Amino acid sequence: MMMSDSFAVMIIVATIASGIRLATPFLLASLGEALGQRSGVLNLGVDGVMLLGAFGAYYTVLQSNNLYYGLLVGIAIGLLIGVFYAFITLNLQAEQGVSGIGIYLFGLGMSDLLFQKFVGTPRPILPFMPLDIPVLSGLPVVGEMLFQHSIIVYIAFGLVPVMSFVLYRTTYGLNIRAIGENPEAADSLGVSVMATRYSAIIIGNGLAGLAGAALAIELGIFQQNLTNAMGFIAIALVYFGAWSPKGVMIGSLVFGLVQAIVLQCKTFGVIPRSASDLAAMAPAIITILALVVVAKRFKQPSALTKPYVRGG
Amino acid sequence: MTALLISFFSYRFHVKTTKTKSFIGLIIPLCAVLLALAIGAIMLLSLGANPISGYATMFGAAFGSVEGFSETAVKSIPLLLVGVGICIAFRANVINIGGEGQMVMGALLATAIALAFPDIPSLLLIPMVLLAGAVGGAFWGAIAGALKAYFNVSEILSTIMLNIVAVQFMNFLLRGPMIDPAEIARGTGIPQTMRLTENADLPILIEGMRMHLGVVVALFVAVAAYILLWRTAMGFRLRSVGYNPHASRYAGISVPKNVTSALAFSGAMAGIAGAILVFGSESHRMVTDGGSTGFTGSAGFNGIVVALLAGLHPLWSIPSALLFGGMLVGANALQRAAQVPSALIIALNGLIVVFVVSSEYFKQRTLQAGRVEQEEDDDE
Repeated sequence: MMMSDSFAVMIIVATIASGIRLATPFLLASLGEALGQRSGVLNLGVDGVMLLGAFGAYYTVLQSNNLYYGLLVGIAIGLLIGVFYAFITLNLQAEQGVSGIGIYLFGLGMSDLLFQKFVGTPRPILPFMPLDIPVLSGLPVVGEMLFQHSIIVYIAFGLVPVMSFVLYRTTYGLNIRAIGENPEAADSLGVSVMATRYSAIIIGNGLAGLAGAALAIELGIFQQNLTNAMGFIAIALVYFGAWSPKGVMIGSLVFGLVQAIVLQCKTFGVIPRSASDLAAMAPAIITILALVVVAKRFKQPSALTKPYVRGG
Repeated sequence: MTALLISFFSYRFHVKTTKTKSFIGLIIPLCAVLLALAIGAIMLLSLGANPISGYATMFGAAFGSVEGFSETAVKSIPLLLVGVGICIAFRANVINIGGEGQMVMGALLATAIALAFPDIPSLLLIPMVLLAGAVGGAFWGAIAGALKAYFNVSEILSTIMLNIVAVQFMNFLLRGPMIDPAEIARGTGIPQTMRLTENADLPILIEGMRMHLGVVVALFVAVAAYILLWRTAMGFRLRSVGYNPHASRYAGISVPKNVTSALAFSGAMAGIAGAILVFGSESHRMVTDGGSTGFTGSAGFNGIVVALLAGLHPLWSIPSALLFGGMLVGANALQRAAQVPSALIIALNGLIVVFVVSSEYFKQRTLQAGRVEQEEDDDE
C-alpha cells in the first residue's frame, strides 16, 4: 500500500512538472501576443514566427553547440519579423487578421524549406540541463515540481511579474493600455501611437520567436510544422486570460497540465490512441467556451484591429 | 517612399472613369503578386537555383501542356471553391479563417454518406455526397457565425479553434470508427478509409487525364455565388450588412441572421471542396496525415489569397485560382527539376497574402489622389 502511494505521488509530481515545462512556450508566446493586443494590434502570425524562431534556434545550436546562441537567434528572428509586421499593419494599415495568416503561411513554408535544404534528416540537439535552485530544489515534492527546471522555464515565469509591473506600474505600460483603448485621446496628450505600437509589436514578436526557440530546444529536434498550431492556441490564451499577464499564465498552466495528463495517460496506455485524438480537441473546445464567457464579462481593447489614422 | 509610389500610380493612371478605377483595382494587387514573386526569385537564387529557368519550369509545367493544365485545373478546384466562399464572407464583413475545418467536416460527412450507401447509382450518389459536403461545411461555418452573431465571439478566433477541433475529430474518426478494416487486419494502421464506392467516383472529363467533374462543379458554384451576391435580395442583404451594419439594421435587415448565413454559405463551399478532394482523389479514400494539417494542403488558407487577389469577386476568383493552382503544380515540377523543396510555394503564398493585403493601402490612396485631382480639374 505504502509503495503504490509513493508511486502515485511520484507520477503526480512528474506530471505537474512536465505540465509546467509544456506550458512554457505557450506562456512566452501568449505574453507577447497580449502585449501587442493591449496596444490594439492583433497578430495571428504567432505560429509562423514560432516556427521560424524554432528553426533558427535549432540550426544555430546544431552549428554552434551553444543553447544560449539558439535562444538569442530565436529572439532576433522574432524581432525582425516584428519590424516587418509593424510596418505593414501600422504604416500600410493592412487588415490584421488576414496579414497574420500570411505571416503564418510564410513561417510554415519557410521553416520547412530551410530545414529540408540545410538539415534534411533530423539530428537531435541536447536540451538545457535542469537548473536546480539551491535549497529550494531540495524540498520534498515541491522541489521537484517547481525548482528543477531548465533556465527557460524560469525566464518565462519570471516574465509574468515583470510584464505586470510594466503594464500597470510604468508610464510606458499606461501608454500601451491607453493606445489600445483610445488612440485619439492618447495622441492628443502627446503619446506617440506609432512608436508605442511599434515597440509593443516588436517585443511581442520577439517573445514569439523565443517561444519557438524554447520549444525546439526543449524537444531537441526540428521537423515540419513543429508547433502543431500551438501559436494559435497561444492567441486564444490571451482571450482566455482576459489580456492580463497573470490570466495568461493561469491559462498556459491549465493547457500545459491538460497536455501532460494526456501524454501520461498515453504512455501508461490508460486510453487508446484514438481517444487521445478526442482529448486533443479539448483545448480548442475549452477555448471556444471560454471565448463565450470572456466576450460577455471582459471587454477586449477597444481599438483592437483598428488602424489609427490621425484626424481620420 | 510610399508617397512616391502613390504619386507614381496616380500620375500614370488618371482616375476619372470607373473603367480606370477597376483597372487600378486589378493592377495594384497584381503588382503585389509580382513583388512577392521577385522575392521568390531571390529565394531561389540563394537556394542555388536559377530563378528564370526556375519560374519557367514552374509555369511551363502548369500551363505549358494540356496534361499540365488539366493538373492545374484539378489543383485549382479547392482553391476556387474556398476562395468563392471567402468572397461571400468578406463581403458580409466576416473574416472566415475556418476554411480548413469546414473542408474537413464537409469531407467527413460526404465520406460517411458514401460509406453508408455504397450501392446507390452514381447519378444519385454524386449529387448526394456533394450536398453532404456542403451541409457539413455549412454546419461548421454556421457555428462560428452564430457564436459571432449571438455571443459576440470574434469569428477569427472561433474559426481557428474550430479548425483544430475538426482536424482532431477527423484523426479520431479515421483512426477509429471509419478506418479501413484492412488496415487493422494488416496491422499497419494508416489512418484512412477503405477505397470508397466506385459509384461516388467523380467522372473524368477527358480520357487519360485527371481533370474530373469537380472542375465543372467549382465553376458552377463560382457563377452561382456571383448571382447570389449581385442578383438576389439575399445577396443584397449580405453585402448591406457588410457595408454598414447600422444602416442595415435600421432598414430592417437582421444583422445576426445574415452574419450566420454568410459563414454558412462560406462553409458550404469549403465543404464541397473537401468532398471533391476525397472523391476526385487518385486513391478514392479519405486520408489524414495525423498531424494538425490533415489532407487539405492548406487550401482553406490559400483560398483567402485567391479571393483577395480577385478583389473579392467570385468570377475573378477563377483566373486567380488557376494562377495559384498552377503554382502548386509548378512547385512539384521545380522540386523534381531543381531539388528546391516545394515548401517554397507555401512561403511564397504567405508573402503574397501579406503583400496583397498591404497593397489595399496603395489602392485606396491612388483612388483618393485621383479624386482630388479630378476636383481640381473641375475647378478650372
